[in-house]
Amino acid sequence: MNRLKDLSGDGGGNRVVITVIGPDRVGIIAAVSTVLAENGINILDINQTIMQEFFVMVLVADMNNASIDLITLKDLLDSKGEELKMRIDAQHEDVFNYMHRI
Amino acid sequence: MLTTEEILETIKMVQEENLDIRTITMGISLRDCSDADHKVACSKIYDKITRMAGSLVKTGDEIAREYGMPIVNKRISVTPIALVAEASTAENYLEYALALEKAAAAVGVNFIGGFSALVHKGFTEGDSRLVESIPLALSSTERVCASVNVATSRAGINMDAIAMISRVIKKTAELTSENDSIGCAKLVVFANVPEDNPFMAGAFHGIGEPDCVINTGVSGPGVVKSAIKKAGSADLGALSETIKKTAFKVTRMGELVGRTAAKRLGVPFGIVDVSLAPTPAIGDSVAEILEEMGLERCGAPGSTAALALLNDAVKKGGAMASSYVGGLSGAFIPVSEDAGMINAVNVGALTIEKLEAMTAVCSVGLDMIAIPGDTPVETIAAIIADEAAIGVFNHKTTAVRIIPAAGKKVGDQVVFGGLLGRAPIMAVNKFSAEKFIRRGGRIPAPIHSLRN
Repeated sequence: MNRLKDLSGDGGGNRVVITVIGPDRVGIIAAVSTVLAENGINILDINQTIMQEFFVMVLVADMNNASIDLITLKDLLDSKGEELKMRIDAQHEDVFNYMHRI
Repeated sequence: MLTTEEILETIKMVQEENLDIRTITMGISLRDCSDADHKVACSKIYDKITRMAGSLVKTGDEIAREYGMPIVNKRISVTPIALVAEASTAENYLEYALALEKAAAAVGVNFIGGFSALVHKGFTEGDSRLVESIPLALSSTERVCASVNVATSRAGINMDAIAMISRVIKKTAELTSENDSIGCAKLVVFANVPEDNPFMAGAFHGIGEPDCVINTGVSGPGVVKSAIKKAGSADLGALSETIKKTAFKVTRMGELVGRTAAKRLGVPFGIVDVSLAPTPAIGDSVAEILEEMGLERCGAPGSTAALALLNDAVKKGGAMASSYVGGLSGAFIPVSEDAGMINAVNVGALTIEKLEAMTAVCSVGLDMIAIPGDTPVETIAAIIADEAAIGVFNHKTTAVRIIPAAGKKVGDQVVFGGLLGRAPIMAVNKFSAEKFIRRGGRIPAPIHSLRN
């Protein structure tokens, strides 16, 4: 089981989970991390795997010093996803903590 | 520590299994809007709703995007209008319905509930006026929903109210005959109505509620069906365990979204309604859950037992996930809004009588059922009375949302579109209850001991 960094500790509660799903190709991590770096978003953890010939990357990032808000980030990643022909989504970490942790 | 599997599970639930938050419903008290002059009252109502709910839709949309969790509907429930309008001298309450419609349109919600009266023990002048105004109110508006509570386990069943509301249902069907009698899809007759239900058409803002509150309703039949499928040939105890775990996850989303919305809107959080609410979308069906459990078709013998297990497991999982569970909380079995139910009716597996039996073990009742337009008023009243009896004598909520589709007969169908779906006209028992209904009066409340 791939375990991602513990998200339950302190850290401002302003972390996002970015998921990238699609056919594997060159430059996926570079493309996504460029968008994040350009906007002051710090990557805390990256986990990638291949599931049924699909590339799946789960990335946890900290938005405490980000120059944009989550909605704008989603829009940026959406258009990057279209460019790469992959599905890129960003969601607040609370969704996952709430659903999977008591 | 979150795992990649957990993250992907959540994403799959939303993208493939139709997990969504069905509704964020803002409850607004209109008790401070009463006025002897109904024009003044209506203007106060419009002002208060637009003031309180002005950013409801925007906030809901923002939360949906940030969490990647669709929030299908943003809605409003208000104090039963009979209580607000009673102080005025207006002969009928159509203007109040128009004020609600205008306010709902202004803030961008698709339904507003609360054109309602509580008449389980009897009518005040305001209650009568409201009920008499329902046909015109529902045929003159798109967004306004009406409900009437005709029975409680403490007061018994008001058979005079049932007779009256049955005439109102017929009249509403006739006034909206051009649109397959859609008016009746916006009218619910309750027994033991909950005061914090966020789901339409039966939502209203109860009198024990605060000035303004946020309630959420979750959905998730597709997620439950998929979990059962994965459980393979597990026995029923293990299946219950699977459903509980799934309901927990689904309810947590309702809790998160509700609390976030309440915080951002600066109003208290009320409850999560832990309901399995189907939609006409493929795979988002409660009937298909029962079929996945092993029934050839929903409505087959065994359906009541399967539904009882499902409903109980959903409640148990949901109650663990949220401290404030309320509303209807259970599995809904509306016919027109559930593709599996529609199929079951079409192949002859599901009848009104079997649906009635199933409502004894799940939430709500005979919901979104289309029947022939020439069904006698007394028969409609008797169907409502039967359903109310199930609720009152089993100490649970039941309701009837029935559509006597004007000009239609068995074999035809009504088409409403959207979440309301389409419904085949179902056969109704031809034998009469006329003399029974004509007796009128109130069926006394059941004894609360000697329970068997």
